[in-house]
Amino acid sequence: MREVAIIGVGMNKWGELWDKSLREIFIEAALSAIDDAGIDRIDSMYIGSMSSGLFTEQEHIASLLADYLGVAPIPSARVESACASGGLALRQGFIDIASGISDVVLVGGVEKMTDVTTGGATFALGTAADQEYECYHGVTFPGLYALIAKAHMHKYGTTREQLAMVAVKNHKNGSKNPLAQYPFEITIDDVLKSPLVADPLRLLDCSPITDGAAAIILCTVELAKKLKKDPIIKIIGSGHATDTIALHSRDDITWLSATEKAAKKAYEMAKKTPEDIDFAEVHDCFTIAEICVTEALGFFEKGKGGEAVEKGLTALNGKIPINPSGGLKSKGHPVGATGVAQVVEIVKQFREEAGERQIKNARIALTQNMGGTGGSALVHIFEKE
Amino acid sequence: MITPQRYWREIPQRYRLEAGKCKKCGYICFPPRLICPKCKNREFETVRLNDEGKIASFTIIRVPPEQFSDLSPYAIGIIELNDGVKILAQIVDCDFEELEIGKRVKVEFRKIRSEGEAGIICYGYKAVLLE
Ligand SMILES: [Zn+2]
Repeated sequence: MREVAIIGVGMNKWGELWDKSLREIFIEAALSAIDDAGIDRIDSMYIGSMSSGLFTEQEHIASLLADYLGVAPIPSARVESACASGGLALRQGFIDIASGISDVVLVGGVEKMTDVTTGGATFALGTAADQEYECYHGVTFPGLYALIAKAHMHKYGTTREQLAMVAVKNHKNGSKNPLAQYPFEITIDDVLKSPLVADPLRLLDCSPITDGAAAIILCTVELAKKLKKDPIIKIIGSGHATDTIALHSRDDITWLSATEKAAKKAYEMAKKTPEDIDFAEVHDCFTIAEICVTEALGFFEKGKGGEAVEKGLTALNGKIPINPSGGLKSKGHPVGATGVAQVVEIVKQFREEAGERQIKNARIALTQNMGGTGGSALVHIFEKE
Repeated sequence: MITPQRYWREIPQRYRLEAGKCKKCGYICFPPRLICPKCKNREFETVRLNDEGKIASFTIIRVPPEQFSDLSPYAIGIIELNDGVKILAQIVDCDFEELEIGKRVKVEFRKIRSEGEAGIICYGYKAVLLE
């Protein structure tokens, strides 16, 4: 297997971008990444998008975007794994280079979510759950994560305030990220007074509906060195795992088994342990998700994720900062773009370009991206040389 | 939009709680499957799920999908049936304050929703409290 480096990243301001189309937001991010990498050649591209069809009535976007980027006829593929589509695109790009098939790959993610009504967006997101045995009964995504939250609180004594603290922390980080959709701070009280969406989850426990894209350029480490990139940023571990997409079919609904298994593979490949990770960008689609994810990644013991937030262990200056970018909660969650944007943050931190949210002396970082209620998960580990 | 053909093929599960019990290891698949996820056996017998169980978790949906807007707010739970199978269903005919993890419930045949003005009426299972 050849070693893989990241030499360029691109992301623009996220939000409700009514004046821009799917192709515009994607091409803007892709061009930023290409300019950042300073290369004039791409061998192939992979694009994560959960549901361009339901959100914009446009499928076949891999070719559309290759055409608009001016790189056709290179191979271009769209990959889908619900909210983990971006993470999956990253893995496909990694495999493409590691295997020797391509030398330079553009990995991107995009979701244009505000061309439909909120009802339309809720429906599209719902398709990541089991249509016949979950959605049929009227459950929503906040509802499914609420079922996880309720069970986690019952089993481990996780508190309502601890859930709120995840949102407060991520908004605090996001307030230092100019590209975030909601770059402002909130208080525990704001969360607890926001409208109930699905008990115990409230509006400010949920990530928003967002238009956005992100792109990165991967190449062999050999080529990155030849181009005199400094620092050399490598992908040293990649793990991907699946689980039942119906939440109720799992033995333990509070445990994200796919995330645990994807992490195990990534740690093994990278020859690292959870203790080696300096910071992580994880999938906080709902506050409870971040708590469960930090447990499944091995950062904290089973059931201790809530306590960890309360103790400040996951804060920017904590033992292991989680979501320095602001996470899905504050930065926004254009589903297919999320897994790629996580990598943008890793690179900015490693290059020490993260401004007020800069983490000092970070060398090893991790991203975790998951689909649905955890039916798919991707974990990647990065090293700054 | 649920079309008649898509609706019709799920009727044995939704109306009668029909599941597939693995002839080798005894694992019960709901809905039925073609291969057992536990032992990879491909032979099943059709069984009906036990219609009693307990609440494994629950929530109150206050921002519903469009087709459920007249019902909101409503409770949804993960129900662990006596035979060990878990299903997701609405929990009805109760005050939300009565809901607790571990409470006994029974699964009944109920109307789920109508598909618009002229669409089909969807039926299925919902849970009611036994205590
Ligand atoms: Zn079996």
